[in-house]
Amino acid sequence: MYVAVKGGEQAIDNAHAWLAESRRGDVAIPELSVAQIREQMALAVGRVMAEGSLYDADLAALAIKQARGDLIEAIFLIRAYRTTLPRFGASRPVDTGAMAAIRRISATYKDLPGGQVLGPTFDYTHRLLDFALAAEGAAESPAPQAAALGPVPRVTGFLDREGLIEPEPASDAPPPDLTREPLELPASRALRLQSLARGDEGFLLSLAYSSQRGFGRTHPFVGELRIGEVMVEVEIPELGLSVAIGAITLTECETVNQFTGSKTQPAQFTRGYGLVMGQSERKAIAMSLVDRALRWQELGEEDTGAPVQDQEFVLMHADNIQATGFLEHIKLPHYVDFQSELELVRRLRAGAAQEAAE
Amino acid sequence: MKDYNFAYLDEATKRMIRRAILKAVAVPGYQVPFASREMPMPYGWGTGGVQVTAACLTPEDRLKVIDQGADDTTNAVSIRKFFQRTAGIDVTERTHEATIIQTRHRIPEAPLTEGQILVYQVPIPEPLRFLEPRETETRRMHALEEYGLMHVKLYEDIARNGEIATAYAYPVKVQGRYVMDPSPIPKFDNPKLSDCAALQLFGAGREQRIYALPPHTQVVSLDFDDHPFVAAKAPHACDLCGDAASYLDEVITDDAGGRMFVCSDTDHCATRRASGHAGRLGGSEGAAA
Repeated sequence: MYVAVKGGEQAIDNAHAWLAESRRGDVAIPELSVAQIREQMALAVGRVMAEGSLYDADLAALAIKQARGDLIEAIFLIRAYRTTLPRFGASRPVDTGAMAAIRRISATYKDLPGGQVLGPTFDYTHRLLDFALAAEGAAESPAPQAAALGPVPRVTGFLDREGLIEPEPASDAPPPDLTREPLELPASRALRLQSLARGDEGFLLSLAYSSQRGFGRTHPFVGELRIGEVMVEVEIPELGLSVAIGAITLTECETVNQFTGSKTQPAQFTRGYGLVMGQSERKAIAMSLVDRALRWQELGEEDTGAPVQDQEFVLMHADNIQATGFLEHIKLPHYVDFQSELELVRRLRAGAAQEAAE
Repeated sequence: MKDYNFAYLDEATKRMIRRAILKAVAVPGYQVPFASREMPMPYGWGTGGVQVTAACLTPEDRLKVIDQGADDTTNAVSIRKFFQRTAGIDVTERTHEATIIQTRHRIPEAPLTEGQILVYQVPIPEPLRFLEPRETETRRMHALEEYGLMHVKLYEDIARNGEIATAYAYPVKVQGRYVMDPSPIPKFDNPKLSDCAALQLFGAGREQRIYALPPHTQVVSLDFDDHPFVAAKAPHACDLCGDAASYLDEVITDDAGGRMFVCSDTDHCATRRASGHAGRLGGSEGAAA
């Protein structure tokens, strides 16, 4: 008899049990440990931390394990956990100029103070499957030990000294926080950058790519890309000084873009900026292109109608947790609404048939 | 679950949501922005409703959760379990026993009473969204009470189809001021929005909006004098309980065109059957299981 929607509770329990079993896979194969994921899937861990907006490598690794390697699902787990954490305060702004960089390159100069340091990059690997990796247990040849770079000067600093790039006035204004206040449009640059920093890597990649292909072109050069650890300091009001509470890995990209200028104002390069938690230069570069494209108005550029220039389009669709939730919810039951449509279509068709008969 | 605060959200977040709710109650039909949090279920699964419910729950509450009118649909089960787990509150499937009812896509058939709260899950809170995609524009239109575009849309429906071709999420005007999306309830349910004794709260998590209808607010479905609003439903009676006035689901029973119609509100149907009503295909609890 009427069984169509019964048994939801039992079905959910069974589905969860099946999911747990599928997650584990063949029990004859040793289980992955969270530490293994943290150490050997570090870039996935970095992405989950960045888009989950929570810097904790162990939790990110746990989320990846629980999500069966589905990174958006893992990001979702981290976001949901993050919701429950109390906020004790805000850190001092981190100083990426003082970064202990493991990688630092500039595309605008052949060589520069501090040097070009490739660091652990895929850039120049040949994309050939390394079957030696399939033979587990092989001893890895140790990399030549290189100390992280100390503070190195910024490329934009060189240009700034000559007045060649737009100045970036310092500000001590507290930045807006989109995890505590709903996003309001138009959004300030600080708020846009915050949104982009936790936005979906794939979405930003495609938007940045579209701008490179002519939809909102900004002619970017990677002035500098740096990856490394920065200290996080917190000001303790009772002590009247700031205390270092740890270090986090950041990826920073500064682009140098085509100039503005007029008869009265000499030409200057403009800036795009990307900053991402963990090692994620694809995301950092994409973010800096999108940031630059979104600045068209303040730089007096033309609105070409390109998606990447439209901050409402970009900011309202960059969050993959929002996007995936709304996309996937259409698999939930909608039969009440469908039923009402069904009635409507039948009624309209009956009306039309009657009219045709007359 | 002692690892989490009562009803999952921390107290500061609940206070923020309660402030938004108070503002929403003070300005009926106005969409109040709020700092929606990520919840452990996906956007689109009812995160707005869950946050509103979490902010309203007290340990003494008795919660009912329905999806499509039914207590036993997967998402309703999941949300009910979530609050059992994180708040340890009592739950019920009986409409009149519940102090808070979270719903997706339906209003219960039984009249709600004073002291009850009905929490709607809302996917797109903006009734003008599909006429104007930009939030900056639609907020301005609400501020200026500029609703001409909506009336043009309804008029075009009539010109094209002979009637207003909106069967659910049918727009309403609240207390003569704001045009509001009642969430995707079938328009059959629209009359129940008006002069309701319960407090009605609407939560849209992904879109970060809360809005409200305080008890006994006047809610009018948009229409024209010569094309008045009609609350429509399938022209049948429930095959289980025989009710000819409740909203019905159509259930396909075989692949030869066989079908039956049953109440979408499972509690309403079960209550009627328990008190002896029967439809075309019988009515006792046992026969329906």
